[in-house]
Amino acid sequence: MMDASPHNDMTPEPRPENWLLRLYIAGQTPKSLAAISNLHRICEQHLAGKFEIEVIDLLRTPELAEADKIIAIPTLVRRLPEPLRKIIGDLSNTEKTLVGLQLEPKHGHLLDG
Amino acid sequence: MTTMSVSQLQKCPTGITGFDDITGGGLPRGRPTLLAGHAGTGKTLFALEFILHGIERHGEPGVFVSFEETPAEIAINVASIGFDLALHQLENRLRVLHIDLGPDELVESGEYDLDGLFLRLGAAIDATGAQRIALDGVENLFAAFDDLRILRAEFRRLMCWFKDRNITAVVTTERGVATITRHGLEEYIADCVVTLDQRVDDQIATRRLRIVKYRGSAHGSDECPFVLDRNGFIVMPLSSAGLDYPVSSEKLSTGIGSLDSMLVGGIFRGSSVLVSGRSGTGKSSIAAHLVNAACARGERSLYVALEESPAQILRNMSSIGFDLKQWVDAGLLRFHAARPTARGLESHLVALSGMVEEFTPQIVVIDPITSLNSGQDSERVKAMLIRAVDLFKSRGITSLFTALTAGDEAPESTSVAVSSLVDVWLLLRNLESTGERTRALYVCKARGTAHSNQVREFLLTTEGVRLVDVMLGASGEILTGSGRLMREQQQTAERVASQADADQRRAILERRRRELDAKISALRAEYEEEIDALNAEIEQGHELSSRKSSTLSALARVRGNTGSAE
Repeated sequence: MMDASPHNDMTPEPRPENWLLRLYIAGQTPKSLAAISNLHRICEQHLAGKFEIEVIDLLRTPELAEADKIIAIPTLVRRLPEPLRKIIGDLSNTEKTLVGLQLEPKHGHLLDG
Repeated sequence: MTTMSVSQLQKCPTGITGFDDITGGGLPRGRPTLLAGHAGTGKTLFALEFILHGIERHGEPGVFVSFEETPAEIAINVASIGFDLALHQLENRLRVLHIDLGPDELVESGEYDLDGLFLRLGAAIDATGAQRIALDGVENLFAAFDDLRILRAEFRRLMCWFKDRNITAVVTTERGVATITRHGLEEYIADCVVTLDQRVDDQIATRRLRIVKYRGSAHGSDECPFVLDRNGFIVMPLSSAGLDYPVSSEKLSTGIGSLDSMLVGGIFRGSSVLVSGRSGTGKSSIAAHLVNAACARGERSLYVALEESPAQILRNMSSIGFDLKQWVDAGLLRFHAARPTARGLESHLVALSGMVEEFTPQIVVIDPITSLNSGQDSERVKAMLIRAVDLFKSRGITSLFTALTAGDEAPESTSVAVSSLVDVWLLLRNLESTGERTRALYVCKARGTAHSNQVREFLLTTEGVRLVDVMLGASGEILTGSGRLMREQQQTAERVASQADADQRRAILERRRRELDAKISALRAEYEEEIDALNAEIEQGHELSSRKSSTLSALARVRGNTGSAE
């Protein structure tokens, strides 16, 4: 709806600065714990103050695996800003994680924040 | 716990026609099976039937996991072969999962596993209590991730997970170029590996299935043809797993009394008969006799006409006195006409098998099998006929095949080398002599029967076939037709001639006897006359002498007073 009429003032102003990230894990495994800490570290560095992380443990809500089409664990989903992006793994490779989130400096119009 | 003996491998029936026969009962239960084939070879259908037959026939719930097609596409595919996916899903016997790997670019950063997939499969398995699972198109899973090291490890873990849960799995994937599968999955699924293949010969597509490996189970390594049709996935075993069908010792009449006596009472029920001969030797007539006799007994017959139309066959048979149409009308005789070239051999066999299932005939005639040969390699035709014979025998159906011998072939040869498959082989021959062509019949072979070794002349009359003993000529040659008639007449004449001769000689003897008798009577009369004369003479002599002595004594008495008394 946003891209339909970008100059329409009737729609509430979205907050493009706000990042909504969802991390799917399955129990407190070493990979899951690593992913959580790696994600926090990267966000603090690159998106300080404008990110929100939601961790979903599929062992508690297994039905979400089907609903959100999760195959690999851990999976990080960038829900906002659109489009949706998926990164899998424990996020130990920071460079690749930044590429996945499109936070790499050369693409990075948002990097200066 | 009691000590576990090495238990025999349990089989999990797929319900796929023919497949369970060649595997001795199905797939290894509680283990994964790899099914590899190129696109369009029927992998998905195999996997679907495995799951759906499991639900419908064996009460085993299942999960179908597609890495390619959407559930809607799958539902459409199986609706055409009569499965209702929605109902099974509603009643919790089935889950269809679509693992959408999508076109989204996945970025991989560090270590991961496929626990998401495990969770989704686990949820579906738990919801249905599934005992069977199919993973269709796993090459797509491998294509979606970069780290093949992780994928392989996870795939191995998945297979072990199925085994631990005692779930029988079918995993389908693309064929590789040098290996069975593109990702070398055969390394992880070692229990059972099946390949599907499709090739096109003479514009006819033939699909083949091969069991490459089946650990712990005997299996044929032959390629078995299969078809995909409205009845689904149908495998045709090259030969049945065993030859252990029941045999009957009941003899059936061929409808030709004299042929029955050559075969000591007819043919065994459930046996197969080959009638071979050149064009016009009367092969179809023998078939018509068998069919007519069966229908008259109230049995059903299926007549597969590969060359002539049913109408033509009915007309031809009425010319030798058969009203086969009455049996058609009574529902006892069914014709199936098909041009052999119009379809592949396998399709023919499938059509045949379908008709056998539906019509349940006691007699099947295929007339002529040789026309299956056109444009086909004869090994394939033979393989198809072996399967046809097996199909009939396993159901106790008596079958008759006619085979046309081509002009340049030896009479004993059939272009379809099936004579070894059949139980009875009747050979029809044309004999040319005395300026005409006649027909002769031999029993080349009759398993389990002390059959006649003789040749019979084969007559087609308006009352059907008649077999006549042949005559042997002066030098032992077979005489038929007018040659036989001439020989018969000649023999009659000879008999008549010798009869007349005997009568004449008997008359002479009689006359001589009578002459002799007359002579004897005359001699006896003469002799008696002589005796009488002699007796009369003796009598006379005696009388004279006694009269003389009495005269003398009278004289003595007179003279005695003077002489001797004093």
